[in-house]
Amino acid sequence: MSNVVTVESYRDIAPQGTIDLIYNLAGRLRNKSLLHVNSTRFGGGVAEMLHRLLPLFSNLGINTRWEVMEGTPLFYQATKSFHNALQGEPQIISPEMYDEYLKVNKRNAKKISFESDFIVIHDPQPAGLIYKKLRKTPWLWRCHIDISRPQRKVWNFLKEYVFKYNGTVFSLPSFAQKLSIPQFLMYPSIDPLSDKNRDLSSAEIEEVMNKYNVPRDKPIILQVSRFDRFKDPLGVIAAYKLVKKHNDSYLVLAGGSATDDPEGLQVLHEVKEEADRDKDIFVLDLPPDANLTINALQRAATVILQKSTKEGFGLTVAEAMWKAKPVIGGAVGGITAQIVYGQTGFTVNSIEGCAYRLRYLLNNPDVCATIGANAKEYTRRNFLVTRHICDYLSLMVLLLED
Amino acid sequence: MSEFEFKGCVEIKELLGRRADDERQLLDLIEEVPVDSIYYHTHSFFLRHFYFAGAYPNDFANWAAIQVRDRVLGEKLAEVTPSGVGSLEDIRTELIEIIDSHLSSIKVVPVIVYGQPFYFMQSKIIEISTGIKVNNLGAFIEALKTIDASAIYNHMFEARLRVRRRRSDFAIWIAAALGMIELAQKVENIDSYMYSLEGLRNKLIDLCNYQLQNE
Repeated sequence: MSNVVTVESYRDIAPQGTIDLIYNLAGRLRNKSLLHVNSTRFGGGVAEMLHRLLPLFSNLGINTRWEVMEGTPLFYQATKSFHNALQGEPQIISPEMYDEYLKVNKRNAKKISFESDFIVIHDPQPAGLIYKKLRKTPWLWRCHIDISRPQRKVWNFLKEYVFKYNGTVFSLPSFAQKLSIPQFLMYPSIDPLSDKNRDLSSAEIEEVMNKYNVPRDKPIILQVSRFDRFKDPLGVIAAYKLVKKHNDSYLVLAGGSATDDPEGLQVLHEVKEEADRDKDIFVLDLPPDANLTINALQRAATVILQKSTKEGFGLTVAEAMWKAKPVIGGAVGGITAQIVYGQTGFTVNSIEGCAYRLRYLLNNPDVCATIGANAKEYTRRNFLVTRHICDYLSLMVLLLED
Repeated sequence: MSEFEFKGCVEIKELLGRRADDERQLLDLIEEVPVDSIYYHTHSFFLRHFYFAGAYPNDFANWAAIQVRDRVLGEKLAEVTPSGVGSLEDIRTELIEIIDSHLSSIKVVPVIVYGQPFYFMQSKIIEISTGIKVNNLGAFIEALKTIDASAIYNHMFEARLRVRRRRSDFAIWIAAALGMIELAQKVENIDSYMYSLEGLRNKLIDLCNYQLQNE
C-alpha cells in the first residue's frame, strides 16, 4: 500500500461531501499556479504546515512552488526582534537592523521567480518582497504570529509593506489591525494522518505508557505544553491537588525540551520540585520530535488540560479534541474559538474553576463521552487540514475571480 | 421534470478590525458595520455550527450572555431570528432597538471584565457546484444523505435571505417540480434556527421519507 498522502486519503476522515467540494473548488483554479515564500524549510509550525499542505495543492492540479529566502545573521537577529516586538515585547531595533531587513529582502527578490498566479508570503521576514508585485497577481500576507498588541514602531515600519498586499490572513480575530486592505481569518489546522494524530493501536499506546512508567490503573489528567509560565503548569498542579482530595487520579505534564530557554528551565525546575512531593504526578521532558509519544499520552488520558493564561491558537487543544477527549482550557486566545463551553469542553478562569470541572468530568464518564464526541466532530469540521485547504482555495477563487 | 442541482458553499471570513468591549460600543458598531457583518454574526452562525446548535442562535446573544455575563440581554438578542424579519437591515434595526432599550433600563453599561471583546467580522460566501443533480424524491433523499452540509445551509438559509428567494430552494423545487405541495410546506415550516445543519439534514430526510412511504 502506498504511503503517499493525497487529498483522497482524507475521504473517510473529512466531513462527508467535503472532498468532492474541494475537488469542485480546485476545478475553478485549473492550470493556476501558487507560490509560497517563507524564511525556513525546516523547524517551526509554518514549515511543518507547508510540508503538509503543498503536496495536497499539487495533488489538486495547482502548480505549487515553495521558495525559502536566505538571510544573514543580522537579518535573523532583526526579524527575531521584529517577531518579539510584534508580539508585544519591548525591543530595541537599530537603524542597521532595519537596513539589513530591506537589503536581504531585495537580494532575495532578485533570486526568486515570482512567475505565479497567486503568491502567499508567510510572516514578517519576507514581507518586504512585495515591491516585486505585478499589478495583476494577487499577493497575500499570511501572518502566523500574535500581533494583537504590537510594538507600534515596528508595526508602523512593516505596515508600509503590508498595505501593498491584496489582503492579509490572521489566525485569530483579535489579531486584526486597522488596515485599508481586506483581513481574512484562517484558523490553523491539524493533520489527522500525521504521527501526532493518526489512530494508534492499544499496543502502541501501551508501549509509550510503559516506556515512561505511567500506570493506567487510575484516570489520567494530562497537559501537553512547553514548560512556560503562560501555560501555567504550576496552576495545573494546584488544581490537581484540589481534585485529589476527592478523586484519585494521575497527573501527567508533558512538555518540550527547554534547554535553550533559561526561563523555561526555571519553570521546569519549579514544576519538578512540586511534582517530587507527589508520586502520582509525572513530569515528562520530551524531545521536539516526540509526536507519537504525545499522541499516545493524549489517547491514554481521561481529561486533557490546556490551562494557559496566554495563548495564540493552541493546537494541542485541537489535537486532544480530535482524539475525542474532553478538554478544559484557559479562557484565552484561540482556546475560546475551539472550546464551545459545555459542548466541546470547558473554558475556565481560575485554578478553582479548573479543579471543579475536572471533578465534574472525572465523576461523569457519560458527559466525558458526549463532550468528547462533540469535540471530535467540531474538530473534523473546523480544524483539520481539509478545512485549511478549502480556506486557501476559497481565497484564491475570491481574489482571482475578482 | 426539472432537475434539482445541489450547490454547496464556502464562507470566507473577513475581519473588520473593529471590537466592542461593552454593550454601548456593541450598539454603536452594529449601527456602523457593513450589512455583511450583520449577516455573519446572525445568519451564517449556522454555517459554523454543523453539529449542534449554540447556546443562542447568534453571536451577539452569545457574547452578551457568555463574555459580558449579561444573560438578560443575551436572552433578548436570542429572539432575533433571521427568518422572522424581512432583510438584513431589518435585523440590524431589531438588534439596535433591543440593545438600546436594554441600556435605557439599566444604570451601568455592562462591560467585559474577564471575557473576550466582540470582534466584528463579515462573510463572503462562494457557491460551489457539488455536481449532484436529482429529478425525483428518492434520489433527493439519497443525495441529502451524502452531500456536504454546506449545501443544506446554502439551499435552506442562504436562499431565503441573501439571495432573497424568501422560501428555501428545497421547498420551491419540491412544490414546483414534484408537485408535492404539502411536503413543500412542511419543509418550509421547519424551525431551521433550532437545528444544527446535521440535525436539519436528518429532519429533511425524515420528512421526505415519510412522504415517500405514504405516497
